[in-house]
Amino acid sequence: MRRMNMVQAINLALDEEMGRDDRVIALGQDIGVNGGVFRVTDGLHTKYGEDRVIDTPLAESGILGTSIGMAIAGLRPVAEMQFSGFSYLMLGQLEGHAARFRGRTHGKFTVPLVVRMPYGGGVRALEHHSESHEATYAHIPGVKVVIPSTPSNARGLLIAAIRDPDPVVFMEPKCSYRAFREEVPEKEQGFEIGKAQVVKGGDDLTVITWGAMMRPTLRAIEEIQQHRKVSIELIDLLTISPMDGDTIAASVAKTGRCVVVQEAPKSFGPASEIIATINDKVLMHLEAPVRRVTGYDTTMPYFGRENDFMPNADRIRRAIEDTVDF
Amino acid sequence: MHRSETYTGTGECPASKPADSIGLDSPPGGLSEDQGFRISHLQVLDEFGQVDEQWEPDLSSEDLTRLYRAMVLARAVDDRMLKLQRQGRIGTFPLSVGQEAAACGPALAMTAKDWFVGSFRELGGRLMRGEPIENLLLYYNGYEEGNGFPGGDRMLPISVIIGAQTLHAVGIAHAMKLRGENDSAVVCFLGDGATSQGDFHEAMNFASVWQAPVVFICMNNQWAISVPREKQTHSRTLAQKAIAYDMPGVQVDGNDALATYSATKEALDRARAGGGPTFIEAVTYRMMMHTTADDPSRYQPAEQLEVWKKRDPLPRFRDYLTAKGIWSDEREAELEAETKQRIEDAVKAFESRTDFRPDAPFDHVFGTTHLGVEEQRAEFLGNLRKESSDA
Ligand SMILES: Cc1ncc(C[n+]2csc(CCOP(=O)(O)OP(=O)(O)O)c2C)c(N)n1
Repeated sequence: MRRMNMVQAINLALDEEMGRDDRVIALGQDIGVNGGVFRVTDGLHTKYGEDRVIDTPLAESGILGTSIGMAIAGLRPVAEMQFSGFSYLMLGQLEGHAARFRGRTHGKFTVPLVVRMPYGGGVRALEHHSESHEATYAHIPGVKVVIPSTPSNARGLLIAAIRDPDPVVFMEPKCSYRAFREEVPEKEQGFEIGKAQVVKGGDDLTVITWGAMMRPTLRAIEEIQQHRKVSIELIDLLTISPMDGDTIAASVAKTGRCVVVQEAPKSFGPASEIIATINDKVLMHLEAPVRRVTGYDTTMPYFGRENDFMPNADRIRRAIEDTVDF
Repeated sequence: MHRSETYTGTGECPASKPADSIGLDSPPGGLSEDQGFRISHLQVLDEFGQVDEQWEPDLSSEDLTRLYRAMVLARAVDDRMLKLQRQGRIGTFPLSVGQEAAACGPALAMTAKDWFVGSFRELGGRLMRGEPIENLLLYYNGYEEGNGFPGGDRMLPISVIIGAQTLHAVGIAHAMKLRGENDSAVVCFLGDGATSQGDFHEAMNFASVWQAPVVFICMNNQWAISVPREKQTHSRTLAQKAIAYDMPGVQVDGNDALATYSATKEALDRARAGGGPTFIEAVTYRMMMHTTADDPSRYQPAEQLEVWKKRDPLPRFRDYLTAKGIWSDEREAELEAETKQRIEDAVKAFESRTDFRPDAPFDHVFGTTHLGVEEQRAEFLGNLRKESSDA
């Protein structure tokens, strides 16, 4: 066991997988000599050399397009987009090709690659450095979207993503990068892509969230439990797509009440999909309408206003209490 | 003089010394014969402030002074912004130190009718186009209010997405042509890193196909964050990329404000006369960190900075003005005091502002009123009220 933050845990996962499998390579902007702008790849360039930790030219579409070719040719590329806000430049390659080669060739050519990208607000960064657009990727059939929330699950899920036979978009909540440390076990404990995690069991209400929203949600639950007795089940979604409908349904069937917390803009996001899943599977168990606590349908404001536009513990607490009291 | 009649031969591009005479670290222009092309390199004012009279532009004392004052102001603003950032009074900031001549020379060559399409490291150029210092403080404190100013109708805000602005510039240039505004052209700034983007190559191609009145000024400051120029492109110059698009491509000493002025002026005149686009590589150096969040000691050889310090664009220009008898120590001292005051006034003006309406982002989602947006605005304001009453 070692105590580490999320940056160190992701670094550890990359190191473990590169050490285990020499087909694994990392590529991206400033990830080599500089160790990445968040230092996620720190030390890997020295350890594995510039053929396996590649500082690429400044071209997101180029990074993903060449990663697709490398994956087809037997490598296991882990590409970094410096910020998710720049990743749209590679969307054509992801949707048009990474997601489609398997189907297009009936399994002859596959694209086992990972695209890592820091996402989300709360770090006082410039424009394009703060959005949460996981829905953009989750909407593409054939692409998996994973969002860890802690050092341990980041490490475990990244390993699973690298070993996955399909393209995985791995979105890292940058405001959690160095926010806290936790014990990360010596041996990886087998996180599985496509499985949500019940973080806390409870009977009265289910809260579902992911990524950076886990922390304000935990705070909100703690605050509520300081002044009233209510048993809350907390689900960390971990994989956005393919979504773990079974875990969601089982929990909501039990509690009958649900709040979904999403950092992203309100409309057309994972929260909508979660509510649709509840509707499909367990509607008749509901005792209250499912509430969403989300961002707003505006472009993410510059950082002068960003805090007001992100869900916070206060809003989450009120949504939970309103739903319990409904 | 290095110029190819076959490829870049516009017959007009002034050219002087080969690139290696200013000691480029990467393989310079003036390529070998077997490459079949040459890239001309223009330097008017060398690093000792010596002017090559053959290429000296005909600028009035007022213009020369304006150019110098802008470069000094930009340097001082950078210096102050760095301090403010270190004190936590602004957010992440990209400094332009060392690149003043590459930004200000072109701005001097522009008329009010030309468009300024920047990236984010052309501080002096922006200030010359009338951008108030207060806008920078707003922008780098996270307020969209810093993205415009009265009179800034022909200037786009900072483009954070590397390379994207090159296409916007071509679109604007083509619109000028379609609308018959023959006295308007576009100056578009980009970095060396931006030349790797697909958008950049698309912009070069569109500009060429449409013969759009646009002048690309690529500030080759040798670095894209930690990635050195030679890892960005295997081409020995950036200027040669113009050859493939059959447009004039020229390399200039980007730390020589007379060279950046002259090359831009010539390209703008040609563009306005219907002669199409030009690509100018301004060879310069990023003398500070990429942004205040960066630590160049991890990747940048210290000796390199030492070499480039000697090529600083400011002292050589000051020496030139002094030799011409239009500058003096007294004027320098006056300018210093005045600059300091201007910046202080802007900081005070910014820091006393309180008119940041929290719900302003809802005003500009669409140009038409939409019920869903207004519902969310109401919910947003309700949430803020509840939070402040809970607190
Ligand atoms: C599309 C995109 N990818 C990545 C970035 C992150 N980024 C910001 S500046 C920069 C380097 C830019 O280099 P260059 O074009 O040479 O300009 P310079 O910063 O040297 O002025 C990078 C990679 C970005 N802003 N946009």
